[in-house]
Amino acid sequence: MHEISIAAAILDRVAAEAARYAGVRFTKVGVRVGELSGVDPEALSFGFEALTRESPWERLALEIEYCPRMQRCRQCQHTFTSANYETDCPKCGTADTILAAGEELDIAFIETGDA
Amino acid sequence: MTRLLVEQKVLSENQRIAAELREQFRQNSVFCLNLVSSPGSGKTSLLERTLEAFPDHTRVAVLTGDVQTENDARRLSRFGFPVRQITTGGTCHLDARMVEKHLADWSLADLDMLLIENVGNLVCPSSYDLGEHAKVVLLSVTEGEDKPLKYPSIFVKSELMVLNKLDLLPYVPFSVERARENARRVHPGIEIIEISCITGEGLDHWLDWLRSNWRRNFATSSAYAHKETE
Repeated sequence: MHEISIAAAILDRVAAEAARYAGVRFTKVGVRVGELSGVDPEALSFGFEALTRESPWERLALEIEYCPRMQRCRQCQHTFTSANYETDCPKCGTADTILAAGEELDIAFIETGDA
Repeated sequence: MTRLLVEQKVLSENQRIAAELREQFRQNSVFCLNLVSSPGSGKTSLLERTLEAFPDHTRVAVLTGDVQTENDARRLSRFGFPVRQITTGGTCHLDARMVEKHLADWSLADLDMLLIENVGNLVCPSSYDLGEHAKVVLLSVTEGEDKPLKYPSIFVKSELMVLNKLDLLPYVPFSVERARENARRVHPGIEIIEISCITGEGLDHWLDWLRSNWRRNFATSSAYAHKETE
């Protein structure tokens, strides 16, 4: 359970961006959370709410884009979502595939509103 | 409404420090491993058996993380190698800054290997890069063989899975074959070594793995030639 630290790191970045855009009101921060990031989206939302309540960021919304694990086939270059831990290429059948997505833990964007 | 593109890693600060540590390890030819498991899988026992097997002149050091107590550092310091405890005081994982801080007055030039024992936890340590060359995940036969499926992140990110407590197999309903299958299902390329820290079974395979990866690291390091001629 380290989602509070993750939420705090997101708010640190938001505060740094706020310093660059003085006077601009931030309404939403968008993050990407990968299936293999070790972060649970629900616990992250909970931690974010706990940290922003009665703070200057009380009205800042958190939008989480959940990114499933994807594999890329090294034989035919096909990229596919890996459901139920299935990592063999569904197109050519080979097991020679590598992780292509699912480790994301990124701050993608911040939305601003009228002050 | 305007959208500002940020495109930053949430843990960019941790990543920055980890990259600095990795560069320092490279410059000093220090091979660094990050050991991760549930509490009680045998990380400290494995380190005891490992340090015990090393000749006295081995230039190895250990950082061991726990939420509280200095017990592990006490257990490990009797082998005569430098050992330092990182007490996180509640945090469920080690991060790169803690490693940087606790390495501060150690000279990396005097080391060939750094073994980091993470806080017992299969979830959170998977998010934090410590600058290590590889993560090693331990699983013991008293845990379920479905651990790799329940906690895929750490098994995907680890190069090696060490299956410990083989000596207890007669007493527990644990299928080694299923554990192997599950680990390979989430990470097809993961290496697997089976050991018992009590009977010593399989420890030679672990020590071989350690030596060959250590050597491989040296071979790819720019300081290799320098160390060889010392």
